[in-house]
Amino acid sequence: MSKKQKKMLIRIIIASLLMILLNVLKLPKAVSAAGYLVTYLVIGWDILRKAWKGVLNRRPFDECFLMAVATLGAIGLAVYERSGDYNEAVAVMLFYQIGEFFQSYAVGRSRRNITELMDIRPDYANIERDGALEQVDPDEVEIGTVIVVQPGEKVPIDGTVIEGSSTLNTSALTGESVPRECRAGDEIISGCINLTGVLKIRTTKEFGESTVSKILELVENASSRKSRSEEFISRFARVYTPAVVYSALALAILPPLVRLVAGMPADWNIWIYRALTFLVISCPCALVISIPLSFFAGIGGASHEGVLIKGSNYLETLSQVKTVVFDKTGTLTKGVFEVSGVHHSPLEDAELLELAALVECASSHPISRSLQRAHGKEIDRGRVADIEEISGEGVVGRVDGRPVAAGNDKLMKRLGIAWQDCRSVGTVIHIAVDGAYAGHIVISDLEKPNVKEAIRALRDAGIRRIIMLTGDAEKVASHVAADLGIDEYHAQLLPGDKVDLVERFLAEQSGREKLAFVGDGINDAPVLSRADIGIAMGALGSDAAIEAADIVLMDDDPMKIAKGIRISRKCIRIVYENIVFALAVKFGCLILGALGIANMWAAIFADVGVMVIAVLNAIRALRVKNL
Amino acid sequence: MKKTYKIEVDCANCANLMEDTTRKVAGVAGATVNFITQKMTVEFEEGQDPKTVMKDVLKACKKVEPDCEIEF
Repeated sequence: MSKKQKKMLIRIIIASLLMILLNVLKLPKAVSAAGYLVTYLVIGWDILRKAWKGVLNRRPFDECFLMAVATLGAIGLAVYERSGDYNEAVAVMLFYQIGEFFQSYAVGRSRRNITELMDIRPDYANIERDGALEQVDPDEVEIGTVIVVQPGEKVPIDGTVIEGSSTLNTSALTGESVPRECRAGDEIISGCINLTGVLKIRTTKEFGESTVSKILELVENASSRKSRSEEFISRFARVYTPAVVYSALALAILPPLVRLVAGMPADWNIWIYRALTFLVISCPCALVISIPLSFFAGIGGASHEGVLIKGSNYLETLSQVKTVVFDKTGTLTKGVFEVSGVHHSPLEDAELLELAALVECASSHPISRSLQRAHGKEIDRGRVADIEEISGEGVVGRVDGRPVAAGNDKLMKRLGIAWQDCRSVGTVIHIAVDGAYAGHIVISDLEKPNVKEAIRALRDAGIRRIIMLTGDAEKVASHVAADLGIDEYHAQLLPGDKVDLVERFLAEQSGREKLAFVGDGINDAPVLSRADIGIAMGALGSDAAIEAADIVLMDDDPMKIAKGIRISRKCIRIVYENIVFALAVKFGCLILGALGIANMWAAIFADVGVMVIAVLNAIRALRVKNL
Repeated sequence: MKKTYKIEVDCANCANLMEDTTRKVAGVAGATVNFITQKMTVEFEEGQDPKTVMKDVLKACKKVEPDCEIEF
């Protein structure tokens, strides 16, 4: 509890005791009136002060001003009617303050809950100086400094392990509880907790650029990208208060005038009382606080599960996703190709591999990397010249002066070389040397372990259409699609084709259905940004992916996609519950108040009671563990 | 230029009002107030000194919400 809150609590307790005393003791009228006045001032002086300031600043719809008018009006009516019943006015002020207190407490608590959940910010970094460890602010550590991380501590800055080995707990980043091993030479990212051994790390980034800072920044900024529901609420709030205040004014004046004209007693006091009831309900706070809080809780809960959502708007869109488009390589499959065969070659296998690795040495494509791995030797780039990459086909170049071409059947067709088809499933790289066919290398990619279940989970979550896109050969694509239970696939695509296809799928959607594209974020940035929602997978430590995507899955587990969708649905459901509930109670009370059925007690419930319930409901969005 | 400031504000609607008000202050290109993280991000127009602009922002915000604080 903050100091402000403590002071408020004391005022609430004193005022409540005074109220009880005044109601139990039968004091003479004048004394009890003075007692009520004192109680009213104890609990409401700050409201009166703020109301006065509001008037000076010409802000008539200030919440405090309205509360002051409502309660002072009620006191005025009690004086006018000589009832001596000041209970209601003072109680309304008291309950209003209790409500505000509870709101500030509940919001403060939930804010802390959410931020604690995301508390991955390291407080210090250890630097070894003269044989002793010194704790310094991670902000002050320069690139290339050697830091020491002891067991139980958080890794504060991204870097490379230079000494020691240990297991790391990455659950704060990925939601994944299986520990990871790391040894000297490994890249290490900040935010992991070192479990077993002492590690010496040479930092490769500044603290502000490290993974942990990036993630924190992302999640904290997420609530600044407002969703449509939030936009709606702030627009609504802007018109709601003035509308209610003007109707209160109308309610106070028009009906009595009509009654006067009709020859009935005007009953001014009754109508003014009803108008005052209106004023109590006029604050839109329940909506204005609970909606962003729900989103924030949802985003916080999701980030704890390793699903980073970059904005409330994306959370909202994710909940409406009906079509999921996958990139195959690196997303559904591991993206780690392995050479599974060398066929029809007049050359030695190793020689063919060497040629392929040499000619592909400039490419960063996973296929090239796998060829280089299979070759297994250092590559002498001096032996290669005139490399030309033909997008979607392959590479041509000169190795030791001889022209070499490596690529798919399209490339062979272009070069006019007869090739031999391969019967095994996999990506086939045909090689031609000196314009003659020299055999092919078969490379295959492995499916990720959870993919099948992940696809099923998506279908259970109500995803209607699942599509796979790949630049790979038809045969490989159909094999993978059939194996995983994907109903639609498009093979042999160039990077540009993927964007066109996604645009076509977008056009085929009806109504508010949305499309998500899932990729590894490395070479599919244009598609990621073109889809309604771009999801990058296994992005831990990859800045490019974090930049390009709207939603980032911190680890490789494809199950997280369905989980993210379920989290977003739960969150949106809570948002709608809160909107409907708050509006229903408020408008209900307005109508009943106008008819004279609901009194100020009901009104104060409509104001603060609804707000407290809505805040508590919003906090449910945080609990997503078992979704 | 964009800068983020820590703020103190008690009610969510007041935070919205602060956001509206800040956007209207001269020298401010855009503003977002985040009630939940109690932070305010202000984007300044070219060539404006954030310190002086923020003084006006605080003054304007105090008018709509006397209890608010902005640290700068």
